[in-house]
Amino acid sequence: MTEKAREFCEALVQGRIGRREFGRRMAALGIGTGAAGAMLNAASTQALAQGFDWGRHRGRSIKLLLNKHPYTDAMVANLDSFKQLTGMNVAYDVFPEDVYFDRVTAALSSRSAEYDAFMTGAYQTWQYGPAGWLVDLNEYIKDAGKTAPNYNWDDVLPNLRASTAWSGQPGAELGGPGSKQWAIPWGFELNSLAYNRRILERMGVGVPKSLPELAEASAKISRDGGGQLYGVGVRGSRSWATIHPGFLSGYANYGQRDFTVEGGKLRPAMATPQSKEFHRLWVKMIQDGGPRNWATYTWYQVGTDLGAGASAMIFDADILGYFMNGGDNRERGNIAYAAFKPNPAAQAPTPNAWIWSLAMSSASRQKDAAWAFMQWASGTEHGLFGARKMDFVNPVRASVWKDEEFRARIARSYPGYLEQYDASAPGSKIYFTPQPLFFNLTTEWAASLQRMVTKEVPVDEGLDRLAESVTRQLRQAGIG
Amino acid sequence: MSHSAPTLPPGLPLPAAANRRRTRRADAWLPYLLSLPALLVCIGILVPFVTALWYSLQRYNLAMPFTRGFIGLEHYQEFLSDPAFWNTLRVSAVFTLATVGVELLLGLGIALLLWRRSRVNDAAAVVLLLPLMTAPALASLMWKLMTNPGFGVLAWAAAQVGAGDFRWASAPSSAMFTVVLVDVWVYTPFMVILLLAGLRSLPPQPFEAARLDGVPAHFVLLRITLPMLAPFLLTATLFRTLDSIQQFDIVYAMTQGGPGDALMVFQVQAYLEFFQYTNVGRSAALLVVLWAVTYALSRLFIRHWMRLRQGGRAHG
Repeated sequence: MTEKAREFCEALVQGRIGRREFGRRMAALGIGTGAAGAMLNAASTQALAQGFDWGRHRGRSIKLLLNKHPYTDAMVANLDSFKQLTGMNVAYDVFPEDVYFDRVTAALSSRSAEYDAFMTGAYQTWQYGPAGWLVDLNEYIKDAGKTAPNYNWDDVLPNLRASTAWSGQPGAELGGPGSKQWAIPWGFELNSLAYNRRILERMGVGVPKSLPELAEASAKISRDGGGQLYGVGVRGSRSWATIHPGFLSGYANYGQRDFTVEGGKLRPAMATPQSKEFHRLWVKMIQDGGPRNWATYTWYQVGTDLGAGASAMIFDADILGYFMNGGDNRERGNIAYAAFKPNPAAQAPTPNAWIWSLAMSSASRQKDAAWAFMQWASGTEHGLFGARKMDFVNPVRASVWKDEEFRARIARSYPGYLEQYDASAPGSKIYFTPQPLFFNLTTEWAASLQRMVTKEVPVDEGLDRLAESVTRQLRQAGIG
Repeated sequence: MSHSAPTLPPGLPLPAAANRRRTRRADAWLPYLLSLPALLVCIGILVPFVTALWYSLQRYNLAMPFTRGFIGLEHYQEFLSDPAFWNTLRVSAVFTLATVGVELLLGLGIALLLWRRSRVNDAAAVVLLLPLMTAPALASLMWKLMTNPGFGVLAWAAAQVGAGDFRWASAPSSAMFTVVLVDVWVYTPFMVILLLAGLRSLPPQPFEAARLDGVPAHFVLLRITLPMLAPFLLTATLFRTLDSIQQFDIVYAMTQGGPGDALMVFQVQAYLEFFQYTNVGRSAALLVVLWAVTYALSRLFIRHWMRLRQGGRAHG
């Protein structure tokens, strides 16, 4: 019976039979779902090991620095299969996002060898890479002796591969010539519209199709909401994180850029007439339809307001809407999703992407062992495990997005999410210009936006002052 | 003709003169040995300080290692023409003056009310300590919730008195008021404890004499209590001033220095420069300026305190 069951598991892993057929055959052998799952996991591990010596670092121990996140939870839940596959031990420290990047900066800048690999955002690699703190992972990806033949790097979505690679030349195209692969995409989020179906129906408001419509609908909801409900949640804290989600996605959709690059020098592009027009629209939308204490809003408040029914819509990370439709949120089951094209004249959505990635510390003393972990964690098998059994969304591999079980699960529990993703993903990438002053200048952009929304300064004047300050800082740094 | 020193056979005790020499040598080292721990502590303090000073004289951005180099006082010169720096200085000064001023007045008032020992007063003094035991960052989050316009109790109370549109920490016009309020809530008990201890240590005779002479209460307060309490007032003010000018946790947890730059105090700016912008040189220069301000204020307070002490001795 066990031999038969093993054959069925191998057939499923190799794609010769479907999951339904697999379940039927296992049931016929009298094997329950739990036992079948465990056997399937073992078969997957064996399949992964084919043609590659995963055990070459047996007995070694690596240490990871991780952010508290569902991606981390999925990895920890599946870690035993990695240990079984390699005979390695994996230790890790997990920190909440509020302090996570400070911890990373402290660990890397001290050249400590404590952590071998860590989670990072793509933007952070624009600091860590040129500082010499990261390993160019092309050295590993392109080395057949170090990377399993079935790793299939090309399966990772091309925009994400490009978005985590940079030459270090300020203003140079991401993934362009001479780029170093500073990180491996692990999971990502793009920005779209998530809305509360119940509230929109009750208020008699249709799903907005553009930014002017969103601004109008939000203002109406806030006006009619009786002080307890507002229209649209977007981030507003004094941080670069206020700019990168909905704001930059809309800005890019209107054809606007943060900088222009001429002769290797950067010039701010935030004070053009078109940019000013977009800012005016955005500012008005928040003033009339955003949260009253918008200037303190991070992703957390944006998400929880949607889940609690305090806001009707959010223009933010799609996975924020995903998580608010589950758990013990009050509005669970009421959240719906829509791909969002802010500019009525645009052809398609252009969501800016946030990519949680895995990077390797250049101070690590066991880089090969760390790479073994990184390729497992970013490989297809773990991606499938996370997507099917955990909340490892959005997956970064095309093959995982094609997986029937994953798609069926999402379609069942999160209606409209797949459609939103399929329409948004082709245009999703990082729309910022990579440059080493990213955090200073983008935080200053957020501070300027705060001044405009709180009417401390008119939009035109605020953007002129911002451009002036940015120009000065770029010149001081020798890149403007 | 040469004389050679007599040698002793091995195993025999040293003569008394040699013993004394050795003891004298040990005695000579003793003061150095005794001061060694203090010296080590000084080195422990000075090394980071000198490092910061050295970094402040460099262009040193971790993300742009190729630009690193010695630039002398350039960061400090840039500060002079940088409106953001002057804003930081102004915001830090306003925050310090507002918090220390309100806390001193409130602390003194409460300490005077609790001066006389009774069960109620002693219990109240213990209860008043509670905010001081709350971590400032936690207190900030609590206040952030209380001022949330959706469900915050303070936002609700403001709405009841017709100030429903009050934006608390979200508007530049009210952000300073809000963080000062939180700081006052957390640190006023510190003032109370210090001043209450001072009041209860004052000699009773002058107050008894004043009571027998029928001196009015306000005269007693202004001419007897406050002058006698002056060293305590000065100490409490010094501690709180130094703490306030180095404010970080409340401001960062509530607004990260915003909206705009409305609450961009020194420590928040230096923190952002280092941890987010990886600009080590500028961050260090900001901290050196903060150190200079703190040092100048400490000198001022200590000089005044010494003068008070000397005045007290002369009168005594």
